[in-house]
Amino acid sequence: MCGIVGLFLKNSALESSLGKHLSAMLSALSDRGPDSAGFAIYRNPAPRGSIKVTLFHPDPDFGWDRLMREMSEEIGTKVRGEARGSHLLLTAAMPVETARHWLAHHRPEVRIMGVGDCIELYKEKGNPKEVVRRFGLEELAGSHALGHTRMATESAVTTQHSHPFSTGLDLCLVHNGSLSNHNRMRRWLSRHGIEFQTDNDTEVAAGYFTHLLGEGATLKEALKSGISDLDGFYTFAIGTKDGFAVVRDPIACKPAVLAETDDWVAMASEYRAIAHLPGADQSRIWEPSPATVYSWQKH
Amino acid sequence: MIEVDVESLGVRALNERLHRLPRDTNERLWKITNPKGAHALAAGLDRPLSIEIEGHVGYYCGGMNKQAEITINGHAGPGLAENIMSGVVRVKGNASQSAAASGRGGLVVIGGDASSRCGISMKGVDIVVGGSVGHMSAFMAQAGHLVVCGNAGAHLGDSIYEAVIYVGGEVESLGSDCIEKPMTDEHRSKLEQLLASAGLRVQAARFRRFGSARQLYNFKVDHAAQY
Amino acid sequence: MPRSTKAKPTAPATAANPAGRREHASFPPVVIAEIQRAAREGIYDIRGLGAKRRLPSFDDLIFLGASISRYPLEGYREKCATNVTIGARFAKKPIELKIPITIAGMSFGSLSANAKEALGRAASEMGTSTTTGDGGMTQEERRASKILVYQVLPSRYGHDPDHMRSCEAIEVVVGQGAKPGGGGMLLGLKVTERVAGMRTLPVGIDQRSACRHPDWTGPDDLEIKIAELREVTDWEKPIYVKVGATRVKYDVALAVKAGADAVVVDGMQGGTGATQDVFIEHVGIPTLPAVRQAAEALQELDMHRKVQLIVSGGIRNGADVAKALALGADAVSIGTAALMALNCNAPLFLEDYAKLGTAPGYCHHCQTGRCPVGVTTQDPELEARLDPELAAHRVRNYLATMVLEAQTLARACGKSHLHNLEPEDLAALTIEAAAMAKVPLAGTDWIPGRGGA
Repeated sequence: MCGIVGLFLKNSALESSLGKHLSAMLSALSDRGPDSAGFAIYRNPAPRGSIKVTLFHPDPDFGWDRLMREMSEEIGTKVRGEARGSHLLLTAAMPVETARHWLAHHRPEVRIMGVGDCIELYKEKGNPKEVVRRFGLEELAGSHALGHTRMATESAVTTQHSHPFSTGLDLCLVHNGSLSNHNRMRRWLSRHGIEFQTDNDTEVAAGYFTHLLGEGATLKEALKSGISDLDGFYTFAIGTKDGFAVVRDPIACKPAVLAETDDWVAMASEYRAIAHLPGADQSRIWEPSPATVYSWQKH
Repeated sequence: MIEVDVESLGVRALNERLHRLPRDTNERLWKITNPKGAHALAAGLDRPLSIEIEGHVGYYCGGMNKQAEITINGHAGPGLAENIMSGVVRVKGNASQSAAASGRGGLVVIGGDASSRCGISMKGVDIVVGGSVGHMSAFMAQAGHLVVCGNAGAHLGDSIYEAVIYVGGEVESLGSDCIEKPMTDEHRSKLEQLLASAGLRVQAARFRRFGSARQLYNFKVDHAAQY
Repeated sequence: MPRSTKAKPTAPATAANPAGRREHASFPPVVIAEIQRAAREGIYDIRGLGAKRRLPSFDDLIFLGASISRYPLEGYREKCATNVTIGARFAKKPIELKIPITIAGMSFGSLSANAKEALGRAASEMGTSTTTGDGGMTQEERRASKILVYQVLPSRYGHDPDHMRSCEAIEVVVGQGAKPGGGGMLLGLKVTERVAGMRTLPVGIDQRSACRHPDWTGPDDLEIKIAELREVTDWEKPIYVKVGATRVKYDVALAVKAGADAVVVDGMQGGTGATQDVFIEHVGIPTLPAVRQAAEALQELDMHRKVQLIVSGGIRNGADVAKALALGADAVSIGTAALMALNCNAPLFLEDYAKLGTAPGYCHHCQTGRCPVGVTTQDPELEARLDPELAAHRVRNYLATMVLEAQTLARACGKSHLHNLEPEDLAALTIEAAAMAKVPLAGTDWIPGRGGA
């Protein structure tokens, strides 16, 4: 059980304060999600031919510099990184598969949190207010972001179990609720090539969407399929390179609030998280209907 | 008129202050500013106060209300006026799910739309919605009246007992044991009274009435599918 | 010579089976009877009380009394204290109980008014609490009971903020051991004018139930609901969260995170006034593993003794009390046992048991409203068979006996307070009990799943 938030900026003048606003949104939901927090922020598109990879290792003295040097030397292209707390944002001038392969081979102990052109994904154990500070979220600029505060229901409180879960290139998922058929679903997806790190239900949903998207479904089609295939209670928010989507299960017990102005679209589990956004008082506020996909894209 | 900025005072301190007012208090008019989605605002009141809240509120605003008249100039989160015993709670904007849940008396007026489960488990409250209500509204509604000027979502009145529902617009679908019933003069007159108490200028003529078929009152195996 | 067609006995004759007929383990007579009842009636079997089948329980644990390495306390003179404080985490007015045994939530409607009054009087005399039930609080019960816990249930029948404010604590019921995931049930015969009035229902109907709360779902929204209950009661009262024992470790952790002052865990032996037999017998885990898991969940959060753990579900005697406390509970709650002290299943009015198709020792017919001894009925004639004063005296005696028994065992283990009992004071008599309670099999160091020999 948790809090989820999403913020999509329609007015690029606000991009420099994206991190500041998301930070306040996450803090507002720390009561309903005190165990861990995470966010995915879309910013600084990688140069052509490069890929952005967010990496995590729990050891504060982990040899990131050495990792980058070795990778760069072996592949023969530029690799640079920006450390944030226990995570490193790697930008590597190589195809994504080359990067994945090298990391799996040479640094299997490092966790890949998110991969894409724009996405950066940071998440960790700890009270959301603390986590947000550790990653310096307030200073980050970007076009859109999703976030999550966690109260662990059925799986452990660890960094890996935190949300967002990355489902594919520039894709991520946050979830408020509790699925009820994820164990069998996990076994089926595993047989179809999806790898899981945890016993977490949200990771299964993320894997499910990855699988369908990999089979050629559009995001809307994948989310619609999910409404019938995934059983339980959920509000999902999915981040994409160009925007985000929101969907609720047919019973729709878990909360969800949407708000929109000319400058932004926001989504949250409680209005409290949206209340402080500029123009919130005059925004159009509504609730997403059950079993309906809502999405916003940059044009 | 006493004005309180609840963002600085805090919900707990404000509620305590309102609870502690003497029963014959003169301090009856209150204005609360900067609610910013706070929860349990003005919950558990038991005084004949008149409270205006300027902005949007979170969950359970006016929960378990007795006597007080609360007006929210904004939107309300889930569980608005849950288990209200008496008094009036009005929200100018929209209300989230489970508005007036298990309410036992009094009046709840929602100017805009109410979300799913409006009037769930209601036990005597009167609810008037200017807009539409979402799915599973009046679920297990035992007593009281639900008036919906707009449309009603799926499974309206599922498992309803003796509550009465009036809908002005379309009904997506009816729940178990909920059926349409004829509008008599008595019902029209009650409906007009409810609309008037909500301050809504709406014609009673187009409304339809819904209530219990009473087939589930004692279990019969032939109705097993309805469970 | 034609073969005899008379069936030959295939097993030795016993008293239970004098003709030596071959039994069918999958389809014994009781199962056949149930299949044929279902075929006649087309509805599940509904009954009262809790799981009747044999389960791993406290009977499978024993205490390691004093020896050369441990010294006992003298009875009476050397104190063995029994008090417990509930709700110091957030409430302004925590509850002080003189004994660690409370009376569990049972509704007026399910129980007669005389039964509720008797329980209240007995609890007051012993310095402990009773609990309202699904249907709200009666004035008699408030008057009779010095410490009253007010339940907030999915149905919200009779929910009244004034009643809630008049009580000493609040218990948010998520579920109960008899039917984790199910709601309350009361059949038409018991929905009398008074009961119907309290619950806002038509007289004589079968009450249908909600299994979820109407205005919150999930621990994140429970956190907000608990905060609202605190606001309505000005933060005075301890708030308990009650669950039926299923995913106990998760549930206890979540109750703590949602802001509970105390957690009540009800094992599958926990009783009910009426629910489907299939629910009672096939959902939930026994109380034995539930206690240990709940205590571990609290310890992992460093909340043991800071958030109190109350355990129920088949607590019958002082040994059960002492064992539950040894495994980590702060207190226990009794329901079925309290009714039996009132006279449930007592050998009186035998013809009336027979009319229900049962006999003392076998009756579970609370749902009929025809309780022969006046405990779970709304019929005035039957209710009159339960004298509240005499019944209160019986319950008081029973509670006092349980406390003395628990103290006896605790003193034998060298404890000056019941709370100082610990798992290491116990050994298990079966492998299942050893695994469930995480206590070694007697005579060995072995806890299944934990290694050692």
